[in-house]
Amino acid sequence: MSLSLADKQLAALLWGCALLAAALVLLVLLFLFKESWPVLQHIALIRFFNDTSWHPVDGLYKLTPMLSATFYSTLGAVMLAAPLGIASALFSRYYAPSFLAGCYRRLIELLAGIPSVVYGFWGLTTLAPLIGRLHPPGVSLLTGILVLTLMILPTIALTADAALAAVPAAYLRGAASLGLSRWGLISGVTLPAARPGVTAGIMLAAGRAIGETMAVLMVAGNVVQQPHSLYDSVRTLTANIALEMAYATGDHRAALFVSGLALMCVVLLLVGMAELMSQERRHV
Amino acid sequence: MFKNVLTTVLIWLTALIVSGVFVWLLSDIVIHGLPRLSWAFLAEAPKNAGRSGGIGPIIISTLSILLVAMVTATPLSLATAVLLSEFTENDSVIGRLVRRSLDVLAGVPSIVFGLFGNAFFCIYLGLGFSILSGGLTLACMVLPILIRTAEEGLQATPDDYRLAAAALGMSRSATLVHLLLPSAAPALIAGLMLGVGRAVAETAALIFTSGYVDRMPDSLLDSGRALSVHIYDLSMNVAGGDTNAYSSALMLILLLLIINSIAMSLAKQWLHRDIVLYE
Repeated sequence: MSLSLADKQLAALLWGCALLAAALVLLVLLFLFKESWPVLQHIALIRFFNDTSWHPVDGLYKLTPMLSATFYSTLGAVMLAAPLGIASALFSRYYAPSFLAGCYRRLIELLAGIPSVVYGFWGLTTLAPLIGRLHPPGVSLLTGILVLTLMILPTIALTADAALAAVPAAYLRGAASLGLSRWGLISGVTLPAARPGVTAGIMLAAGRAIGETMAVLMVAGNVVQQPHSLYDSVRTLTANIALEMAYATGDHRAALFVSGLALMCVVLLLVGMAELMSQERRHV
Repeated sequence: MFKNVLTTVLIWLTALIVSGVFVWLLSDIVIHGLPRLSWAFLAEAPKNAGRSGGIGPIIISTLSILLVAMVTATPLSLATAVLLSEFTENDSVIGRLVRRSLDVLAGVPSIVFGLFGNAFFCIYLGLGFSILSGGLTLACMVLPILIRTAEEGLQATPDDYRLAAAALGMSRSATLVHLLLPSAAPALIAGLMLGVGRAVAETAALIFTSGYVDRMPDSLLDSGRALSVHIYDLSMNVAGGDTNAYSSALMLILLLLIINSIAMSLAKQWLHRDIVLYE
């Protein structure tokens, strides 16, 4: 169908807006590159790994303590939140009576909306002193992991719930007619069928944990060091940016942009993997 | 049999623990935050670095940042969504490209948006640390959510509307304005509220874009402290700021709940509204 003149004008306007929206991501990348360029230009990438320490004012740019802090806190949070989140989804879908399931889902949705700064604040005022009593100082990798777990649990629970809901009813009827027990049905039929969706949700949650700034910044203690135990204070890559951007200049500032660029790449990798998983699901 | 019972117990236990922890968190904030919360607290300016006084200017700054973000992001996202769902084929190359780049944008961590906002809006465009910079940064951040929800809303409108309108010889623009947008309105508003919720909750992207200044902003080019930044600052940088931080956190959660319930009730009203064709 051919378009009228007014429609053509509208379409042109819409195209303009859409291209602007699509170009935004390039603009973000461009400016991250532009700001990190001064450092990338005269410092070999390897120095971000094998310099002796992170003292950007003296030209030492070792990022590995921050990288490992980010890695351990994300790993810990995902390892805790994945089973809890999946169990939560199973609870509201197969175990809870319907009114309770509704309440529980509402609760999880409410939690998904709580700002990260509130989680961080609660972790700092309530959780950290408790852990401090066990093993001072309290602001530690462990506190960071626990707060991150709370933050990403709703993501995992809600995506797992959606994936379980999408399992064809015929599978459930088939399993029921075979006389499978409830756990037999879940472990043998629904979880394998929902696996791609559940995994994609976990990937997204991991991306959120890596990119999270405020909550870990507030509870992890922010000492630049390689963590040796769960009770050590650590500083993640995101926290490092938030803490030092305020006064960083020159190469120091550029180094912070490099770490932002690195963060973006890791998260994009995870988003891409989650995307692949969900495509796989569509083809099955 | 044993396995079945064991997993049932474990799953109930998980649900109990998860709800327990969350009830703990929420009640903690309500118990500590409620006593200080009053109209005076909402209206007064912070005193003594926020230890006493209220959060009046901070609420004004937060709302201004939100306003800037939504005023910029809403038309842009609506236009993009309309293009994607009404003016391109679902699997066209360009449509896929736009969608993919928005997916990528949705995955960018908020601190990276903060870096970008600082480099682009504050320094490159010369807006400085201002409500405008912060709002525009948030606009970039919420754009993918707004587009995604608006697109889903438009796609959910029945194809009968489009066919009937085409049969009546209505132009695409008229169909859009009189039929598709009104019937997708609940989804559009719900999406808008999701975006507002995400923007209100944001901290990391604002620290280096809208700044820290806690006095009443004079204009959009003035620096203003958002509520979430205020909570962060009180708990991390101000010794003895915890009581006011609790009250501000409670206020932030209440604000989010209010936004959500407005979205819900609006969506319900729109759902019951009949579509009227204007002559």
